Amino acid sequence: MGRQRFRRAIIDLVASLTRRKLLGAVPALGLGAAALHATVPHSHSDASAAEHGGEDGATPGHGSGHAGFRGQVDHKANGFDPHEILRNFDYGKTSRLPDGRTLREWTLAAAEQEIELAPGVKYEAWSYNGRVPGPTLRCTEGDRLRITFVNGSRIHPHTIHFHGLHPAGMDGMPGVGRGEIAPGERFVYEFDALPAGLHLYHCHVRPLAEHIAKGMYGTFIVDPKQPREQADEMVMVMNGFDTNYDAANELYAANTIGFAYAEKPIRIKRDALVRIYVVNILEYDLINSFHLHGQLFEYFPTGTSKTPSELTDTIMLCQGQRGIVEMRMPYTGKYMFHAHQSEFTELGWMGFFEVVE
Amino acid sequence: MEAGGATADDVDRGGESARLRGVPGWVLGIVPLLLIAVAIGAFVVLGAPGLGERTGPPAEELSIERTKLVPGTIELTVRNDGPDAVSVAQVIVNDAYVGFSGAEQPIGRLDTATVTVREPWLEGQAYEIALLTSTGGTVDHAIDVAVRTPVADIGFFGLMALLGIYVGVIPIALGMLWLPWIRRIPPAWMRFVMALTVGLLGFLAIDATLEGLELAGAGSQAFGGAALVFIGAAVAFLALTGVSAWLRDRRRAGEEAGASAGSLAMLIAFGIGLHNLGEGLAIGTAYTTGALALGAFLVVGFALHNTTEGLAIVAPIAHTKPPLRRLALLGLLAGGPAVLGTWIGASAFNTSIAAFLFGAGAGAIAQVMVQLAPSLRDDEGRTLHPRAVGGLLAGLALMFATGLLVSV
Repeated sequence: MGRQRFRRAIIDLVASLTRRKLLGAVPALGLGAAALHATVPHSHSDASAAEHGGEDGATPGHGSGHAGFRGQVDHKANGFDPHEILRNFDYGKTSRLPDGRTLREWTLAAAEQEIELAPGVKYEAWSYNGRVPGPTLRCTEGDRLRITFVNGSRIHPHTIHFHGLHPAGMDGMPGVGRGEIAPGERFVYEFDALPAGLHLYHCHVRPLAEHIAKGMYGTFIVDPKQPREQADEMVMVMNGFDTNYDAANELYAANTIGFAYAEKPIRIKRDALVRIYVVNILEYDLINSFHLHGQLFEYFPTGTSKTPSELTDTIMLCQGQRGIVEMRMPYTGKYMFHAHQSEFTELGWMGFFEVVE
Repeated sequence: MEAGGATADDVDRGGESARLRGVPGWVLGIVPLLLIAVAIGAFVVLGAPGLGERTGPPAEELSIERTKLVPGTIELTVRNDGPDAVSVAQVIVNDAYVGFSGAEQPIGRLDTATVTVREPWLEGQAYEIALLTSTGGTVDHAIDVAVRTPVADIGFFGLMALLGIYVGVIPIALGMLWLPWIRRIPPAWMRFVMALTVGLLGFLAIDATLEGLELAGAGSQAFGGAALVFIGAAVAFLALTGVSAWLRDRRRAGEEAGASAGSLAMLIAFGIGLHNLGEGLAIGTAYTTGALALGAFLVVGFALHNTTEGLAIVAPIAHTKPPLRRLALLGLLAGGPAVLGTWIGASAFNTSIAAFLFGAGAGAIAQVMVQLAPSLRDDEGRTLHPRAVGGLLAGLALMFATGLLVSV
């Protein structure tokens, strides 16, 4: 056991030496030390990795061996942090209806908003409630939902189109029911939360690609009456941004900011049940995917069945497709997750789970 | 002379109002300049009244002036061509964000910056680099074939010199060996040879112009782009016209026989030299960017192509007896710049300068053609007689055919 560990350490050392030599920037003496340091978390997989947190050589693009940005995104100035969006669920304002059902009320406001998508790269986004993706609306099967939409845009008409079961007038479609909501106007979407599953909402105004690509979307979770097993839950909205308006994305991410979970990994507990609500809203590319390292997960397409369709480590989704991922990580350490389109991965859609005791 | 000048003066003064008569001439010349300065000053101080803020997104124009590939890194020298400062925020290489250094500050108008990208590039592969700016715009740059940029040491300059000699000096020297043969041909056929020379030069002028325009189109537009080619041509044409007029004046004083032909040969050699400087530039640049495969075929092609240039130099001096030293000087003047060109092209290449030089080459050649034109005339004073036309067409055809052998 000890010998094997020593061998791994040597292999890692050689690997990082050759890699760093190619980069040609580190002087010879610091080279060995840096390589040794980089080796430590790999060889002592558990405790020391936990101590190091997100700092053990994971700054992307700086010799760590994978793609990344130069600099840091100012999440505070953006008004949202992908790490907060990850585990943030908005249950709305609840009250009880005369028939005993739960009424949930939300207000969603559309606005133009400048976002720093990558360090130093500003983008004129359109958002719901000042964040991209918009708030994760969460309710229980059978609840009455009342969503007040305020179009705070100065220029553009918008809607909220929910996926799920509802009457035509509540579909958020131009030309149907109230149709487009003009700038400065408001409308109340009201319907029953059905069926249980993982859904989404987005603007449906023409030009559709633009209204979606600029950030007008969010996750809509309808929990089954019989709750799912307690878990460490998170939301990943897979999106991308066409910053130079050539109908192709320059940036890919889960929850808007590329590499955010690579620069600071998502901490999860060893053996604990992790549930990820994965939604693909990516515009301009035909498909997207989610791939996990070091373990396989159970996959529940659209979250409508409690029986997993598959035990896998890679799923492929077209725009609007979504599903629930459930897994337990048996070993501590860092495990990557990313789109299994290498291009998307290296253009931002990648991150790490850091499994700790 | 004097009387005429006085009359003109009187007429000028006659148009002037009586009040200005006492003011010195230089003051009158400076007043408009002062008024312009005051107007500009007021415009700036008042914050451009009426125009307001510039609307629309910032215009971002970066051109990549130089690419240097070293194992593990790609170095780009970029120049801001546009009116607004540009911030390079991130760099994408083949659809991946990469680590890089340089260009930390916004690049001001006409300023340059060097972006050093960390990329374990592979030899022979193509790379697409996109500089992502602060507004989300991208500046794309393609490396068609990744080849390590040669280190500019003595060995490298030696290789470039050898290349320049192969394609410039040797072929021209060989071409000049036609001199004894030219001496024997009768005057009527001599006109054919002169027309052939003009045809050869005409092709070179077109070639240089097109090459210059292509370069200018690809490079930075801030310094004039394609206009540089035509400015270069005009400068060279006018400068050579001035020089030859000056030489003619001096000759008239000395009345030295044969000097006319000699200086004409010198001018031709100079014009061809400028052209070969451009050719050397193209070869040197192509070599360093990996676009040039240094094959024997290419060298043979250039040699054949440029041999005809030697013929052009010796044709006007067929009936003089120049010393060997002078012939060697002519050959060197025409072919030597090829060596210089490869050095410049391989080490300090700048598309704007290169475009200007190509234009200068074309202008110089055009001037030489004008000089040669009288020698085409037959006994009846016609320039475009059948033999001359035949020669011109033969010259063009010869250059076209040998030109097919080379394409840098």
